[in-house]
Amino acid sequence: MNPNELIATAVQVVVVVVGAPLLVGLMRQVRARLEGRAGAGVIQPWRDLRKLLRRAPATPTGTGWAFRLAPLLLMGTSLVLAAVVPLLTTASPLDPAADLFAVVGLLALGTVTLALAALDTGTAFGGMGASREMTILALVEPTILVAVFALSARVGSTNLAAIVTATLHDPLRVASPASLLAAAALAIVVVAETGRLPVDNPATHLELTMIHEAMVLEYAGTDLALVEWASSMRLTILLGLLTSLFLPWGIAAASLAALPLALAAFLVKVAALGVGLGAVEVFIAKLRLFRVPELLAGSFVLAVLAVASSFFLA
Amino acid sequence: MIGWALAGACVVAGMGVLAAVVSPRRARPACVGAATAGIGVAGLVAGVAALSGQVLQARLPRLLPLAGVQLALDPLGGWFVAVTGGVLAAVALYGIGYAGGGHGPSGRGVQAALPVFAVALLLVPAAASASTLLMLWELMAVTSLLLILAEHRARPAVAEAGWWYAALTHVGFVAILLGLVLYAAHAGGDSFAELRAAHLSPALRGVVFVLVLAGFGSKSGLVPLHVWLPRAHAEAPSPVSAMLSAAMVNLGVYGVIRVGFDLLGGGSRWWWLLVLTLGAASALYGILQAAVAADLKRLLAYSTVENMGLVFLGLGAAGVFHTSGAPALAALALAAALLHVLNHAGFKALLFTAAGSVLRATGTRDLDALGGLRSRMPATTALFAVGALGASALPPGNGFVSEWLLLQSLVHALPAGGVVTAVAMPLAVAVVALTAGLAVATFVKALGVGFFARPRSDAAAAARESPPGMLAAMGVLALGCAGLALAPAALGQVLSRAVGTAIHTPANVVGGGVSLHLAGIASTMSPLLTAVALAVAVVASAALIRLVTTRVTRRRAVALWDCGAGPPTPRMQYTATSFAEPLQRVFDDVLAPETDVDVTPHAESAYLVARVAYQARVPDRVEHALYAPVIAAARRVGRLGPVLANGSVHRYLAYGFFGITGLLLILAVTR
Amino acid sequence: MTVFNLWRKIRQTGRVAEPAPPRPPGVSCPKAAVLHGSVQVRHVDAGSCNGCEIEIGSAFGPVYDAERYGARLVASPRHADALLVTGPVTRNMAVPLRRTFEAVSEPRIVVAVGDCAINAGEFAGGYGVEGSVADVVSVDVQVPGCPPEPEAIVAALRGLTGR
Repeated sequence: MNPNELIATAVQVVVVVVGAPLLVGLMRQVRARLEGRAGAGVIQPWRDLRKLLRRAPATPTGTGWAFRLAPLLLMGTSLVLAAVVPLLTTASPLDPAADLFAVVGLLALGTVTLALAALDTGTAFGGMGASREMTILALVEPTILVAVFALSARVGSTNLAAIVTATLHDPLRVASPASLLAAAALAIVVVAETGRLPVDNPATHLELTMIHEAMVLEYAGTDLALVEWASSMRLTILLGLLTSLFLPWGIAAASLAALPLALAAFLVKVAALGVGLGAVEVFIAKLRLFRVPELLAGSFVLAVLAVASSFFLA
Repeated sequence: MIGWALAGACVVAGMGVLAAVVSPRRARPACVGAATAGIGVAGLVAGVAALSGQVLQARLPRLLPLAGVQLALDPLGGWFVAVTGGVLAAVALYGIGYAGGGHGPSGRGVQAALPVFAVALLLVPAAASASTLLMLWELMAVTSLLLILAEHRARPAVAEAGWWYAALTHVGFVAILLGLVLYAAHAGGDSFAELRAAHLSPALRGVVFVLVLAGFGSKSGLVPLHVWLPRAHAEAPSPVSAMLSAAMVNLGVYGVIRVGFDLLGGGSRWWWLLVLTLGAASALYGILQAAVAADLKRLLAYSTVENMGLVFLGLGAAGVFHTSGAPALAALALAAALLHVLNHAGFKALLFTAAGSVLRATGTRDLDALGGLRSRMPATTALFAVGALGASALPPGNGFVSEWLLLQSLVHALPAGGVVTAVAMPLAVAVVALTAGLAVATFVKALGVGFFARPRSDAAAAARESPPGMLAAMGVLALGCAGLALAPAALGQVLSRAVGTAIHTPANVVGGGVSLHLAGIASTMSPLLTAVALAVAVVASAALIRLVTTRVTRRRAVALWDCGAGPPTPRMQYTATSFAEPLQRVFDDVLAPETDVDVTPHAESAYLVARVAYQARVPDRVEHALYAPVIAAARRVGRLGPVLANGSVHRYLAYGFFGITGLLLILAVTR
Repeated sequence: MTVFNLWRKIRQTGRVAEPAPPRPPGVSCPKAAVLHGSVQVRHVDAGSCNGCEIEIGSAFGPVYDAERYGARLVASPRHADALLVTGPVTRNMAVPLRRTFEAVSEPRIVVAVGDCAINAGEFAGGYGVEGSVADVVSVDVQVPGCPPEPEAIVAALRGLTGR
């Protein structure tokens, strides 16, 4: 194991851990500004986290280990993803595990732990949130994997570092129809997986319209801090994954000298994507729950078109 | 070695039957269970020996008139014998504990059938001629029917399940019989060596393959021949369900590989596209039904349909690659299918035994009436969780490894061949993906609703943990699942050997140490690394929380948040039915759910409602559309019986007279 | 082209949030010392005439923008640090209010918004009225007025966040 790889990966994890709440703050700030507000500032999520970390977690009556462990497992999967996905560097010591299918599986594992925790509370809202989240997860899966198909077929590997490196060596590939269609499909998936508009409204107060939020209604204090922190990390990682797959320029290989540049490029790309996502959210409303499958079916069609074009136009 | 092990298994089976007949009722399950476990261990030994390169060839011409018995065990058969043996050993041990306290069947006939069933399961993959295979196959079918019917006095649904099973398994048997007899007639002999060497016309080979596929597919629960499976596996005693779902269904897969790849040598592409399509349909339909099922064992049975669908999808892909000249990919797909057979056997045996423990402890398998078992049966809950992780194909579970292999073979198919693969493989990936996603939802439901939260009925509230014997057997299965999940590369060599006997590929298909490497594809996967990283990350985040929270923040016990309206009752929880409702709505067109609303008005006024009865069901649509008309037609034909046979002796004599006259006339004309 | 119209509207409107009044010297209530610029608020209508709700709504609206000081409305009292209680406490809402109060984790801050919440106001002694908020749970901050102006509500929230 190369010490450079270790350092680069550690930097990447720290950047995600520290930067994720700032990304959420940035997106909220963009929304606030577009709504004519002043906004709470980019570091507000950090203030919220600091406060939550000082407050006692709660164990509601009748809950057990599933409820207790879920925040830690969610955080654990997010940390592993932060180390595995090539955001700053393609040379991770965990590279053998950096498979796109494994990444998708780890993301799903995090969601599953939270859904089980929600069911464990035995409240109506918890079950409702878990049920909806699982439905969306099941419907998102085909899009992701078919898009992965489109991306990895020509590289000959589903290893993330290999895909990113191949794109770096052949920049024109990004502009191919297959790549663009896959990007569109994955963008919809990212929106659905992270519970953003139009699939889920992260700012809602109405329990009956909730998906993700309904699952965490019982968490308090440090538990809630972990859940929110991990959720913001998942958002950052997914946006970072999008940029790495479709705009990989700046990502460092094993050398540490390229790391500052990679860091700057990563921050700019993810911030730009975050600003874009935040701005789009001002313009759209939440879809009805049973319209969401139509959206996801649309993304699936995009992914299939991506595969078709990668075969027939190649 | 193999010969001794298999002979030992037969002897132990004989002793088991004897024990079942002579031992007193109380000691019977223990004696028979020990014998069955012994058979399982012998099978494991034989299978491992065959996988390590030993070969068995045995001819016993005296044992069966005319054809004789021919046995042979190569690595491919060894793989299935080993899987079967492992499942049998663990489940039989579980069965001993299960029978304690008067649970489960202890009747003489049922107990005598168990060792015979076990040994038939072991010997089917060791058969080396068509007649031997058919004989063992029928032995397996009959004994399994006896086992399924064990509790038919207690519940009428068992008898119905038995009818379905008996009918379909014999339709399947007839199909295999026809196929193999046709094959053997043209090959000039029925031993596998002669069949392998035979030259048949492509059309005839196609007919043979389709017949054999129908027969073996019905045993594996391939849609549309699956209808018996959810009934039989749900209604059989739980240890038997585990054996059926984890061991017996695999033999259908074995049959298709043996005949399709080994004997017929691959054949043409349309065969395998057919297999691929049937597999994809089974996977999707099975998991959709499982996702909306509220009966725990029915859910697991439909999940078996799903997993067998995935295995057949892998077989189909392997055949397509094989016939389009991509042997490396074919080997990979076949390896994925074989590994999934093993993984599925591991987690499904565990899940069915855990479901059996729940049934034994609560008397119900209705998820809507379960819940709260986490605190009452903690070990069973944890074991079920291990199985559910495997079944939902999420990363540190064992199901993930084989689905990953399968996806790798499908994803890298584009360079392999023309338009057919370019169209079929992305769709296959989409099917696998949707199946995996729905499997996650299904097992979150099974675990979250069935085991977590608060009990939804008095029976669930009174549940007690299973005795240590059952837990130990389940623990062995869970350890097996964990081993398969973390160190799949250890199986690389034997897996390659098993694949090599079916399609002749020289190199190692799958290998590696900590991480899994594939022949010809640059993808790697390291389940061990992922699991360790995950464990480190969880510990690190726990430590981080400890570190950051300077003040000691004690965990506070609080009441559930009830919106201020008073404590939520267990009835307010989401049930399995409500959990699955969104999925049911999304897949409305496929599932065609039925709802009955029955409104009873008051006697005084039609506008005053006295009672409303609401009933929602998701029937098996295939059964409705395909089998109901056949059954109705059979009934109509059956009604003709009393007309023909009305009890008059004169009429019967007349039948005899006209029959003989007719026969004589025919003979006179044709000779 | 509704998207385009909306964009034009956003461009033309610009910022509507009023300039922030001077920062409060510190937190107004000792319990709020641990919050450090972040307070999650759960609103409980204990029997209000909805006058106060309109004012709370506009306090969190774009013009007064209470969120810029670190206050945010949340759905679950588990996530909340403070309760914003309005109206006289009716008989039917006394128990729910107490339950909600207990669901908030320590230190729980209760802000009584409006005259009715402080002393049952117009409804004091009414048949269906249990009493003021202080009769049911301990009140930490009071915002008088019938209804109180949004500025007053924002000022009370700033007293909690200290920003």
